[in-house]
Amino acid sequence: MSAVIESHNHDDHHHGPAKGLTRWLYTTNHKDIGSLYLWFSFAMFLIGGAMALVIRAELFQPGMQIVEPEFYNQMLTLHGLIMVFGAVMPAFVGLANWLVPMMVGAPDMALPRMNNLSFWILPFAFFILLSSLFMEGGAPNFGWTFYAPLSTTYAPPSVTFFIFAVHIMGASSIMGSINVIVTIMNMRAPGMTLMKMPLFVWSWLITAYLLIAVMPVLAGAVTMMLMDIHFGTSFFNAAGGGDPVLFQHIFWFFGHPEVYIMILPAFGIASHIIETFSRKQLFGYASMVWAMASIAILSFVVWAHHMFTVGLPLAAELFFMWATMLIAVPTGVKVFNWVTTMFKGSITYETPMLFAIAFVVLFTIGGFSGLMLAITPADFQYHDTYFVVAHFHYVLVPGSIFSIMAAVYYWIPKWTGNMYDERLGKLHFWLSFVGVNVTFFPQHWIGLAGMPRRIPDYALQFADWNMISSVGAFLFGASQILFLFIVLKTVMGGKKATPEVWEGSRGLEWTVESPAPYHTFTTPPKVS
Amino acid sequence: MSYQKYYVPEESKYPIYIATALFLLVMGAAGTINDLGKPASNSVYILYSGFAVFAATLYFWFRAVIREHIAGLDSSQLQKSFVFGMGWFIFSEVMFFAAFFGALFYVRNFSVPWLGGEGEKGLANMLWEGFESSWPVMSTPDAGSGYVLADKNMSWPGWSNVLKWLPLWNTIVLLSSSVTVHFAHLALKNDNKKSFNTWLGVTVALALIFVGLQAAEYYEAYAHYGLTLNSGIYGSTFFMLTGFHGFHVMMGGFMLAVMLCRSVFYNHFDPHSHFGFEAASWYWHFVDVVWVMLFLFVYIL
Ligand code: HEM
Ligand SMILES: [Cu+2]
Repeated sequence: MSAVIESHNHDDHHHGPAKGLTRWLYTTNHKDIGSLYLWFSFAMFLIGGAMALVIRAELFQPGMQIVEPEFYNQMLTLHGLIMVFGAVMPAFVGLANWLVPMMVGAPDMALPRMNNLSFWILPFAFFILLSSLFMEGGAPNFGWTFYAPLSTTYAPPSVTFFIFAVHIMGASSIMGSINVIVTIMNMRAPGMTLMKMPLFVWSWLITAYLLIAVMPVLAGAVTMMLMDIHFGTSFFNAAGGGDPVLFQHIFWFFGHPEVYIMILPAFGIASHIIETFSRKQLFGYASMVWAMASIAILSFVVWAHHMFTVGLPLAAELFFMWATMLIAVPTGVKVFNWVTTMFKGSITYETPMLFAIAFVVLFTIGGFSGLMLAITPADFQYHDTYFVVAHFHYVLVPGSIFSIMAAVYYWIPKWTGNMYDERLGKLHFWLSFVGVNVTFFPQHWIGLAGMPRRIPDYALQFADWNMISSVGAFLFGASQILFLFIVLKTVMGGKKATPEVWEGSRGLEWTVESPAPYHTFTTPPKVS
Repeated sequence: MSYQKYYVPEESKYPIYIATALFLLVMGAAGTINDLGKPASNSVYILYSGFAVFAATLYFWFRAVIREHIAGLDSSQLQKSFVFGMGWFIFSEVMFFAAFFGALFYVRNFSVPWLGGEGEKGLANMLWEGFESSWPVMSTPDAGSGYVLADKNMSWPGWSNVLKWLPLWNTIVLLSSSVTVHFAHLALKNDNKKSFNTWLGVTVALALIFVGLQAAEYYEAYAHYGLTLNSGIYGSTFFMLTGFHGFHVMMGGFMLAVMLCRSVFYNHFDPHSHFGFEAASWYWHFVDVVWVMLFLFVYIL
C-alpha cells in the first residue's frame, strides 16, 4: 500500500494548506471545511448547552427563582433551535466532509467552492439568531417548533429575523447535501459499487436526499409565516379560511424527516465502530442499507404522530399510528444487526466503542418510548408532557450526540495524527453516560405523572425528580468541558497514530497515513 | 476507464463574499420588512448593498467557472458533477412548490369545508356559524377580521369567455416557450448557431410576454377584482403560488437571456459541450411544468 500512498503525496501542483487566517475563509479543502463545521458545531453545542443549564437551573426547584418566564421561553426556543440546526446537523455535515471523500476514494468534495459557501453561511445565520436576544421584544419565544399563531400573531418582532435566518440555514443545508450526493454518485473510486460503499457513506447519501426533500418545505413554512405576519395572507388564520393546524402539518412534514436526518448518520457511525472493535465483519450489511432506505421513505408518511391531539379525523389518527409503528421494524433490524455483530466478537472497550455501545442501548430506550408515544390513545396522555422531552432527548443526546462523540474519538487519530488520551476519554464517557441518564431518565416519570413541558414552574409533587434531573444536567454539561480539553490536547500532541490506528479497522481512510495528507486521493485507489 | 484529473480550485474568495452578501440581504430584508409603515428606515440600504455584492460576486464566480471550462481544466467527471448538482437543485425547487401546493390541497379539501360545517371536523362551523364553504372562497369566515373580500376570482370563466381569459394565453405562451427552447437545443446539437440564437431569442421574448401578461393579471386583480393578498385564503394561495412561479419565470428567463448573450457576444457553446445552456433549459422546463400544475389546480379545478 505504501507505494500507492507515495504517489498520492507527490502531486504536481497542490501542496499543503495556505497560511494564515484567510486559509479558513477561502478554503476549498474538504478537510479544512470539515474542521470548520466541527468546531462551529462544538461552539454551538456549548452555547446551546449553556442555555439548557439556564433552563435546568430554573427548574431546580418549583417557583420562579432565576429568570423571568419570558426569558425562560426564549432560552427554551433558542436551545432547541441551536442544538438541532447549529450543533447536531453541522457536526454531521462536518463528519461527512472529512470522511466521505476519503471513504469513497475521491480527491475532494465534488463542488469544493460551494462547500465553502455552505459552511460560511452558518456563522452568519446563527449570529442573526443570537442577536435577536438583544432586539426589541426579545428573541423568538415560541418553541423550536414555532407553531402558529404563537409564531405569527403573537410573535415578537425578531421573528422576521428568525425567518430569514432559517432561510439561509436551509440554503446552506441544501447546498451541503447536493455536494454530498454528487460526491457519492460521481466520485467513487473505480470498483466501489453502491453495495460496497461504507455504511457511513450510505447513511449520508440517504440523509442528504432527505435534507434536499424537506428543507425547502421548511422554507415554504417560514415564508407563509412571513406573509401572514407582514403581508396580510391568512394561511394559518382560520378567520381568513386558513388553519393554524396547517402550520403543524407543514412543519412536521419537514420535522419528522428532520429527526431522521439527525439519526441516520449516527447509524452509519455506530456500524463502523462496532465492526472495528468487535473485530468481525458487520453482520447484515445489505439489510442495514435497506433498513436505512425504508426508514427514510417511511419518514415521509408519519408526520402527524406529532399532532394526535389536534383533532385529526379518525382515519388519519389510525393511519399515522400504524405507519409510525412500522418504522420500528427497520429500526429493530439495525439494533439486532449491531448486537449480532458484537456477538462472539473479540471486543475491546476503547472510548469510541463505549460511546457506540451506549448509543445502541440508550437509543433503543428512546425508540421504545417513541413506540409508546406512537400509540394514539396513549399519546393523548403523554403529549406535551416531560415524557416527550425524555423520549427525544434519549434519541438525540445519547443517540445523535454520543454517536458524534464516538466518531470524534474514532477518527481523531486520522485527523490529527495523534492518539487521544484513553484514560481521559473513558472518564469523559462515564461522566457523560451518568450525566445523561440522571438528567433524562427521571423525566419519563415526571412526564407520566403529568408534568407539562415548556413551563418555568411546576407543581410541588414533581420537585424531587426535577432537582435530580438538574443535577444530572450540570454534570453532563461540565463533562463536555473535559471533552473540549481532550480534543485540544490531542490536536496539540500525543502518541503518534499508525495509518490503521485501530487493530480491526477497515476502509480506505485507514490506508492513508495519519494525519491524512491535505489532499488524499488525487489518483483514485482501486477497490476490489 | 482512463483517469482524468478532477479539478479542485485551490482557494476561492467567491463563497465568502456570497455568504456576506446573503447576510446583508437577509438583515436588510428583515429590517426593511419590520419597519414597513414606519418613516425612514436605513435597512433598505443594507438590502441594496447585499444585492449588489451578491450580483457582482455571482457574475465573477460564473465567469471564473466558464473560463476554467474554456481553458479545459474541467474533466468530464467534473461536468457530470454540475449536471447532477443542477438536477438535485431542481428537485429542491420542486419540494418548495410542493409545500404551497400541499397548503392549497389542505385548505380546499379540509380546512375550508370543515369551517363550512362539512366533513368529519365540520364542528369547526361553530366558530363562524353561517359561513358556507365554497372554492374559490369569496367570503372569509370572519368578516370582521380585517380581511377584505374579493368581488371576483381568477378561476375558469366558462367556455363563452375563454378567449378573454388571461391564464389561457399565459399557458399558451409558456408551453410554446418550452417548445422553442427545445428547438434551440436541437439547433445547437446540429451545430447551427444562427438558428440556435434565433430560437433562444424567441424563448426569451416569450418569457417576457409571460411576465407582462402576469403583471396585467395582477393589475386586474388588485384594481378591478378586489382580489389581493389580504382577501382570505383564496387570495393567499393564489398570489403565493402564482407569485413564486412568476419569480421563477423571471429567474429562468434571466438565465436564458444570459445564455443568449454568451452565445451572441462571445460565441460560447458548441454542439458537444453546452451545459450552461442545458441547465437553464432544464430549469425552464421545470418552470413550465409548475405552470401546468398551477393552471390545473389554481385556475381550472
Ligand atoms: C422508533 C422510532 C421512533 C418513534 C416510534 C417515535 C415516535 C414519536 C412520537 C409519536 C412523538 C410525538 C410525541 C408527542 O408529541 O406526543 C415523537 C416526538 C419526537 N421525537 Fe420521536 N420517535 C422515534 C424516533 C425518534 C428519533 C430517532 C428521533 C431523533 C433523532 C426522534 C425525535 C423526536 C423529537 C425531537 C420529538 C419531539 C418534537 C417536539 O414536539 O418538540 N424520535 N416521537
Ligand atoms: Cu416524528
